Amino acid sequence: MKHARIAGLAVLLAVGVAFPLIFPNPAATNYGVYTLIFVAVASAWNLFSGYSGYISLGHAVFFGSGAYALGIAAMDWHVSGVAVFALLPLCAVVGALIAVPFGLVALRVRRHTFIVITIAVFFIFQLMAYNFSFTGGSIGVNAPFLPWQAAIYNERFYYIALGCAVGALVVAWLVRRSRFGLHLRAIRDDEDRARGLGVRAMRVKLTAFALSGAVTGLVGGIWFFYISQVQPPSGFDPLFDLSVVLMAFLGGLGTVAGPALGALIIEPGQLYLNVTFTNGYLSEILLGAVFLAVVLLMPRGIIPTGGEWVTKLRTRGRPVISPPAPVQAESDATKAEAKR
Amino acid sequence: MAREIYQAIVDGILVGGVYALMAVGLTLIFGVLDIINIAQGILVILGAYLSYELAARLHIDLFLGLLVTVPAMFVIGVAIQWAFIRPLRGRERTSMTLLVTYAIALIIEGILYQAFGPNYKQLNGWYVTSSVHVFGFYLPYIYLFGFVLALALVAALYTMLYRTRFGRSVRATMQDETAARLVGIDTNRVSAITFGVGVAVTAAGGMVYGATSGGFNPNSGYDLISRLLAIIILGGLGSIGGAMVAAVFMLTLESLVDVWSPNWAIVVFYAALVLVLLIRPTGFFGRQPVRAQ
Repeated sequence: MKHARIAGLAVLLAVGVAFPLIFPNPAATNYGVYTLIFVAVASAWNLFSGYSGYISLGHAVFFGSGAYALGIAAMDWHVSGVAVFALLPLCAVVGALIAVPFGLVALRVRRHTFIVITIAVFFIFQLMAYNFSFTGGSIGVNAPFLPWQAAIYNERFYYIALGCAVGALVVAWLVRRSRFGLHLRAIRDDEDRARGLGVRAMRVKLTAFALSGAVTGLVGGIWFFYISQVQPPSGFDPLFDLSVVLMAFLGGLGTVAGPALGALIIEPGQLYLNVTFTNGYLSEILLGAVFLAVVLLMPRGIIPTGGEWVTKLRTRGRPVISPPAPVQAESDATKAEAKR
Repeated sequence: MAREIYQAIVDGILVGGVYALMAVGLTLIFGVLDIINIAQGILVILGAYLSYELAARLHIDLFLGLLVTVPAMFVIGVAIQWAFIRPLRGRERTSMTLLVTYAIALIIEGILYQAFGPNYKQLNGWYVTSSVHVFGFYLPYIYLFGFVLALALVAALYTMLYRTRFGRSVRATMQDETAARLVGIDTNRVSAITFGVGVAVTAAGGMVYGATSGGFNPNSGYDLISRLLAIIILGGLGSIGGAMVAAVFMLTLESLVDVWSPNWAIVVFYAALVLVLLIRPTGFFGRQPVRAQ
């Protein structure tokens, strides 16, 4: 089983690497770049929201801030050409730096109030981008010119985005396996009890939020460099937040592979719809409809539901082995762990 | 300058009354169903478009048109609750309902774009353009009429909640749904009707918004919902009085900052929310600590 899993991952990675060689035309690689960007962002989102249960609808704050930070830094320090890539760590730092005060305010409250505060902070950032002079107002910021030929432009960005996506997945996987990840999931299951058991809830939540913000900011920088411009409504886009959440929910909230799978399904679909229906309104309606269908029909996502089907298929015809009754002292987190 | 400030305060209170109406619907829905209806903003815009259609095609007066649009929005609300909110159960219900209402908002927005396009529309009537001179202030009639309408509807909601048998069952459901079911209250029916009522007031709110805001398009829903959310959180989730106070407070604040700089007025709006929550995480009149799960 373990070998099969490693082999499967290797095949997936090989497909990912070979994709631009098989489909070298720019339209296909464009799809690839966007999809991988969303794989990375959805994993980063899931790293915080999926594991901790605090649903953030404000991750575009990090994404847009990363983009703006890169653009403004490159402009002010007169960095141009390939050297701009050296500024990418700055995007991650900016993402993390914004996440700390953001988190200190928002993470004091739970559930609905948390979600609403993330929305409020999101709008504050969008409005600031409109109103400050250094963000260029509604004109936005342009990226420095990149001296790459059109033929290889998309391909190079594809590999950069692939690296990011793989990196984000590895981070998500490492966090999930770690003690830190267990703390996060204990907070999701019952925060008060987790605190009672010695989890430093605020510190854990804030660390995850900052880590998630850093990855999202970094990806935002790459996205900005790829499309070479950012305006307030594109950098801080409410649909961005919604798409990311939908990807994570479709794939399976809190699983490592789920958000990536969701991104692989939704982002190409959305791009295709945008190209097919150029007015964009129909794609919006369809996005909403898919969302409704997912939440109502498959509320736990593809990966958990699929896992159940596989288990059912395997144990078909055999007597049902009921799991031993949970011991009272066992924490919810370990119970949840045992269920998976 | 002093004169401008007084005018700003008066404007803020009058517009705040209309926001109070829309926010009361939202906080009522939260109190009874324990969900936040993200679609409230776009439903307000839908209400405004309904009024627009009635006025443009059938030449029905805006206020008379409410007799049609309010029941229509009530039916839409009950239908949404029945089809999409009611089936949701379980641990992730909070986030699920939020996402479902967000999705509904997207669908309605898309449909409105398809039907009306992105151009800004405005509602018109004689009271929109002419104004009355009281105590040295020039007030457009629509602000006054809208404020009176909002007051009347809020009073009606209040009477319904605190003076009728149905209102008592609504308040019981707000306090404890399980206990309410145990004493024989049909909580499903209460939830459906409450959602319908919460949505129905958006018809009135949307009409006044459409006439006072200087133009609306399907995208205006985002602006509205974020303000309404800030208002009900500030007032304390589920607190009807809190929503009204917070609405008037926030709109007056925004109106005051607007005298100084229109660009920053809305930022101050959200910054006020963040500041208040730093000091008091439950808002002005929070019923229960928000920290409790």
